[in-house]
Amino acid sequence: MKLELTRVIQGRGRLGVLKGLGRTGQHSMEVPGCLLYTHFGTVPHLTQDTLHTLSSLPPVTQVTLAEHQEVLEEFKDGFRKFAGLHDTVLYCSLHDPATPCPTGYTTNKTVSVWGSGGRMELTVAKFMALQKTVQPDWYHSMSDGETWQSNTSRKRVRKSVDRTLAHLDECLLEHQKSQELDGVEVFGVVEGGDIFEERVRSAKETAKRPVAGFCLDGFQTGSMDQALRTQLITAVTKELPEDKPRLALFGVGRPDEVLACVEAGMDLFESFFPFQVTERGCALCFNFNISLDPERAGSAPPLETEKEAAGEPQQNGDLEVDSQTQMTPFEINLKEKRYQDDFRPLVEGCRCYCCRNHQRAYVHHLLVTNELLAGVLLMIHNTAHYHSFFCALRHALATDKLDLLKKRILSERDGQTERRE
Amino acid sequence: MAAAIECGAATKPSEKNMSLKTALSAASPLSLRIVAECPVTKARACDLLLPHSAVSTPVFMPVGTQGTMKGITVDQLEGLGCQICLGNTYHLGMRPGPDLIEKANGLHGFMNWKRNLLTDSGGFQMVSLVELSEVTEEGVKFKSPYDGKEILLSPEKSISIQNSLGSDIMMQLDDVVSSTVTGPRVEEAMHRSIRWLDRCIAANKNPDKQNLFAIIQGGLNAELRKTCLDEMTQRDVPGFAIGGLSGGEEKDDFWRMVSLSTDHLPREKPRYLMGVGYAVDLVVCVALGCDMFDCVFPTRTARFGSALVPWGSLQVKQKQYAKDLRPIDPDCQCPTCNRHSRAYLHALFKSDTAAMHHITIHNIAYQLSLMRSVRQSIVEGRFPEFIQTFMKRMFPSPEQYPSWAVDALASVNITLE
Repeated sequence: MKLELTRVIQGRGRLGVLKGLGRTGQHSMEVPGCLLYTHFGTVPHLTQDTLHTLSSLPPVTQVTLAEHQEVLEEFKDGFRKFAGLHDTVLYCSLHDPATPCPTGYTTNKTVSVWGSGGRMELTVAKFMALQKTVQPDWYHSMSDGETWQSNTSRKRVRKSVDRTLAHLDECLLEHQKSQELDGVEVFGVVEGGDIFEERVRSAKETAKRPVAGFCLDGFQTGSMDQALRTQLITAVTKELPEDKPRLALFGVGRPDEVLACVEAGMDLFESFFPFQVTERGCALCFNFNISLDPERAGSAPPLETEKEAAGEPQQNGDLEVDSQTQMTPFEINLKEKRYQDDFRPLVEGCRCYCCRNHQRAYVHHLLVTNELLAGVLLMIHNTAHYHSFFCALRHALATDKLDLLKKRILSERDGQTERRE
Repeated sequence: MAAAIECGAATKPSEKNMSLKTALSAASPLSLRIVAECPVTKARACDLLLPHSAVSTPVFMPVGTQGTMKGITVDQLEGLGCQICLGNTYHLGMRPGPDLIEKANGLHGFMNWKRNLLTDSGGFQMVSLVELSEVTEEGVKFKSPYDGKEILLSPEKSISIQNSLGSDIMMQLDDVVSSTVTGPRVEEAMHRSIRWLDRCIAANKNPDKQNLFAIIQGGLNAELRKTCLDEMTQRDVPGFAIGGLSGGEEKDDFWRMVSLSTDHLPREKPRYLMGVGYAVDLVVCVALGCDMFDCVFPTRTARFGSALVPWGSLQVKQKQYAKDLRPIDPDCQCPTCNRHSRAYLHALFKSDTAAMHHITIHNIAYQLSLMRSVRQSIVEGRFPEFIQTFMKRMFPSPEQYPSWAVDALASVNITLE
């Protein structure tokens, strides 16, 4: 894995290509970019047919460890082949970023993960044994990420940094001994909660280890306010080597948060956000068009007027645990009655399968009748919209228009807030 | 008339004679060309030309109740080779309602399905789903489950909704009585269905674009069936359905009523056996002379993890498949079997709804390919052999052949080996 940066603007983000991905090194992806979020190798609701209606899919598929390990142990050829995934890089993470992870189940030697079969307690030995059965191209070391709640004590945060470093050393030791993991890349996890010194210590110490990149854990929506998050990430990335990628682990997904993280020096994101939007029956519709061509700009939906009457739950700034599942200003709720006879596509000009073939009125009908196709169509659109946002983000970085994009995204968010107050 | 000529014109020159003849006999937007008839059984293979596309029969029509095929996109359905599917008038009439669908250019436009649609009359759901329904000469009275309002579904109302839906084939409103009911109620329902047929024919605003099928009733009583057949075949309708069966009656009664009906239905019009979709039933009823079938079973059972295979079904969620790395059916060419193992699908059922979609796709593919094989064998004059092979594969031993199927096939000169 090799990160080639084409543009680095201090405090304004990095643009580049992550090359040599996969064991044979034939894949690459542009950064800032997002991974493909899956449930056990399947993008939620989608079969291969519906998935491949999407153009330019991310080359990296994210799977979560600890699901169905028994059959994988027997299968021996790794998860990719087991799941019928052929041409993709496989990245294995400890937790599912869209599943809340209860606290109180971590010890000095173990962490707990939740899968379809309930809780599973992992030691480093077990964790590494699982990696050998999954055979990913890339994974992150075992970590204690229990410090995301804002009331976590300094002592607990310090412990989490210590444990995570100890786990990393143990993982690396075992990794180097394992032939099955030859050529597989390991990312170290940076913890430290909302404590500046602990973040810096975690970053410095992790950077000393032979890791391919870094996961920054504990920055999920609701864990802290945006200003503090940006300060902490900036402090962390300052300690990390320029030439290694940085992934926002667990819970950073909203476009405004992605932008802030990119500005603070992050490269990679998990794309669970479109899935969460889909699950609440919503469609992403935020405008990221910064083209100066007035004709193209006009093809974007008239979002301001459209959202005006939306009776969506308020995002009042409180740091709430469930803020991840609340509707954001970047989406419309298609269950609302006003979409009943709206024969426009979800987003005017969108080229996704859903928008090319179906209208809001139809998706509204599917939602109110609880039809399974609603999830399929929304997942296609939301994934396409989210990926296009990342594309626009890279374009903005390349053409010095990040300010413009930021203004656009923040006006999507704050236009909403102002009207509410 | 105009549409009938249009249909005729769309056919190949060699098919013209037949189409023209049909066009003259019924001024409907439908023509049926009999491609082959089995010399042994009553089976036939036809090309059914409908306003949106041609349909090769015998055909299984998957059911997309609420204007969607249970998690499958219209492109996927088209990709599986589906030429016609169903929508339910009762459900669609309630939500989103006929006015909205009309604004969306009919059900075709609303769901963006380019091929043919068949809609039922809504009467069956009313009797089966709604407890508070009362049937009078006027129609079926029921309370809306959504707002409690009393609604009357009359023959005129049913056709008016189906006209708004714009389906290629509409079904008449019939007086549905459970097939296990006997006595005067059955006779009353049969006669009422005939009267309602006339009201439906009169109410059809789009006879040039939408075909209206009659539904033969009469319960399990041969005499009543025969009376109904005599009356209804005198009406100038483009096709006939055999109704009131497949509702829990004895299979021995079921097949006799089917066979009686096909004996008296006109050769040049399509015959649709309502609510039949189990593989064995399909093969036997094709032998008895039916052309079209529908059933929710293949798609419903898929969502519970039951995959249809030539030897019956396979319950993907069962533990025995957790480590089974074979596809559902190694000989199946569907997108699911081409990519995924039983073990993967077994595991995916615990993680994501896509598992259901995989099985739904497989089951629709199974039904459609079964019917394609049936048709091919009829065209090639080897349908009797096909039945023998099919039954051998489906049942572990001849002792397990259901006796009704043995009898039904014997009635059309097939002695199972």
